[in-house]
Amino acid sequence: MLSNTYVNTLLFGVYPYVCLVVLLIGSLIRFDREPYTWKSDSSQMLRKRELRLGSNLFHYGVIVVILGHFAGFLAPHWAVDWALSPTAHQLLAMVVGGIAGLVAITGLTILIHRRLTDPRIRLNSRKWDIAITLMLWMQLALGLLTVPLSAFHMDGELFETLTSYVKGIVTLDGSVAALMIDVPLTYKLHVLLGFTLFLVSPFTRMIHIWSGAGALAYLFRPYQIVRTPKTRADEPVRP
Amino acid sequence: MKIRAQVAMVLNLDKCIGCHTCSVTCKQVWTSRQGMEYAWFNNVETKPGIGYPKDWENQDRWNGGWKRKKNGKIVPKQGGKLAVLANIFANPNLPEIDDYYEPFTFDYEHLHVAPELPTTPVARPLSLVTGRPMEKIEWGPNWEEILGGEFDKRSQDYNFEAVQKDIYGQFENTFMMYLPRLCEHCLNPSCVASCPSGSIYKREEDGIVLIDQDKCRGWRMCVSGCPYKKIYYNWTSGKAEKCIFCYPRIEAGQPTVCSETCVGRIRYLGVLLYDADGIEKAASVEDEQALYEEQLKLFLDPNDPAVIEQARADGIADNWIEAAKRSPAYKMAVEWKIAFPLHPEYRTLPMVWYVPPLSPIQSHANAGAIETVGEIPDVRSLRIPVRYLANLLTAGAEAPIVSALERMLAMRIYFRQRQLGEGDGAAVLAQAGLTTAQVEEMHRYLAIANYEDRFVIPTSHREHAEDAYGLKTSCGFTFGNGCDFGPPHSTLFGGKMGRRKLTPVRPVDT
Repeated sequence: MLSNTYVNTLLFGVYPYVCLVVLLIGSLIRFDREPYTWKSDSSQMLRKRELRLGSNLFHYGVIVVILGHFAGFLAPHWAVDWALSPTAHQLLAMVVGGIAGLVAITGLTILIHRRLTDPRIRLNSRKWDIAITLMLWMQLALGLLTVPLSAFHMDGELFETLTSYVKGIVTLDGSVAALMIDVPLTYKLHVLLGFTLFLVSPFTRMIHIWSGAGALAYLFRPYQIVRTPKTRADEPVRP
Repeated sequence: MKIRAQVAMVLNLDKCIGCHTCSVTCKQVWTSRQGMEYAWFNNVETKPGIGYPKDWENQDRWNGGWKRKKNGKIVPKQGGKLAVLANIFANPNLPEIDDYYEPFTFDYEHLHVAPELPTTPVARPLSLVTGRPMEKIEWGPNWEEILGGEFDKRSQDYNFEAVQKDIYGQFENTFMMYLPRLCEHCLNPSCVASCPSGSIYKREEDGIVLIDQDKCRGWRMCVSGCPYKKIYYNWTSGKAEKCIFCYPRIEAGQPTVCSETCVGRIRYLGVLLYDADGIEKAASVEDEQALYEEQLKLFLDPNDPAVIEQARADGIADNWIEAAKRSPAYKMAVEWKIAFPLHPEYRTLPMVWYVPPLSPIQSHANAGAIETVGEIPDVRSLRIPVRYLANLLTAGAEAPIVSALERMLAMRIYFRQRQLGEGDGAAVLAQAGLTTAQVEEMHRYLAIANYEDRFVIPTSHREHAEDAYGLKTSCGFTFGNGCDFGPPHSTLFGGKMGRRKLTPVRPVDT
């Protein structure tokens, strides 16, 4: 079914934009209208056990994976080609992504075990907390499955197709959906689940990724913060 | 020089009877909510003991407060900014809820519905985290009340440093005191410094340290950054919460709930003017024992015309300057030097200060002649070791504690001599370094402790106050979702706060 042209356009030409719009507008509305719900929602306080290992492995692994995707797909050709042949580029992606992905999925497996088996955590989990961790696990598993698949065609051609697709989506060229029609199923599922994660993100704890990036501002602020009282004069005049 | 004002608190431990009224009224007003059951913005500990959360004073274990680097700069003890961010996914210094205690209730319903049984039905404890029965309650908010538990455990108390503690385990040598604790609203707060999202701030106008609930992301670094462990993670809302010094009351010129309800009248609230530009230097001084003196130097004399002029230039209102002149905190901390900061060695420059308690003269001294130094009984023969108090209040420096205890004893001797016609007390006062006027005033503040002497709180200024017209018929404080009260409801974003009902308790099957 996924190779039907109409379905292919819908899934790879239209759906990504629906997901990206919901991600951006949804996050913005939530940030603006319901800032009290904007949080990382840590459960470390209720149980330390398993969290330190699992959380560190998962987060550090997944950060490398995400940065790898950004660099791999969005870096322009001139920035890469002088240093790496397509084959070398693909090999680099497979090795770095493979290792980071394994680290991340190991951590996430520990975290899922903790969330499901520890009554303190299980009873205080929302449905979305469990759903999103399982979705992330599947996404990591699909991503890791592509590594051995890629080993069968080391010429870098498939990577070039996928790169063109992602670049097309980012540059608002929906016609690139056609590139996906002959891509193997595992890649297709990985891409679709990836966009779905974008879609649900504003409604889950995933929004803390924005704040994780925002926390880098901590490096550049002074230690102490003092707030001066607002005066009536600062406020708009009531009509 | 940049002058700022703060409403500081002083607690006279000599009069604390450990009734917990402060803790209970505080809890009823501020923390009687799901996710905060375990949290006490104000709690009263019996010392010696390891306290709440367990062992909180031991910064080798919890890494709270600041540390001084070799180059003379101070950084949070849990690490610099990069280290804090690197630990954001799992904070290695975060206490678990069991370090406070697992909050519980009892299955009271069982007492009503139990069928006829050979034994009396009992109400078993139920966890408020899981709603399930707990086998046994092993720790609570005040587990060491009045020396509860074995001495072996209580003697892990960090303040026994350099005290030969073994003899205090014997019944006839034992001692105890109460230590009510709340957020210190520090001049150099390490919670503020630890917050990756910059949500914690100190208010310029009154020094109160608050967490912006809309900016808090639940990174938990403040919980470990605070050496007093007075920031609590609300495990339901996922945000950090802390003592707010009852700021809506302070703004209106009223004392905090804990101070207002204190039956022993041990709490004092008053304005201190301080030099904000000197904070970093004072907190960075090399010798830990000098930190108390350095902080004292930051406090400015509200009667000095130069200070008044500068304070006005820095925007401090006249009613605040007038309040500073009558401040009980200034009198006790600066004029009489009988109040001290709690654990100055954490380098946070705390603003809740304590008058150390007197204690009975040890029985062996009592049996024979009481050892005296001049006119005053030797404070080293008091039941509570001076070194213990010094570890608590001056980073181990005994001289200031000895002087304060002597002054408090001198006040008693002076009034006893006058009352009984045994003399004019001049020799005692001379030895303690007090004038007659000072000792009369000390007596008025410490013994009589009138309401208007204890609480000298200037109101905030109208131009800084919120526009109450706009607040009229609005919702007041809610948990983020409109004019709802009761349990936070489900929203499009983020679902419910927790999956459970507000009271998660399920009756035990009978």
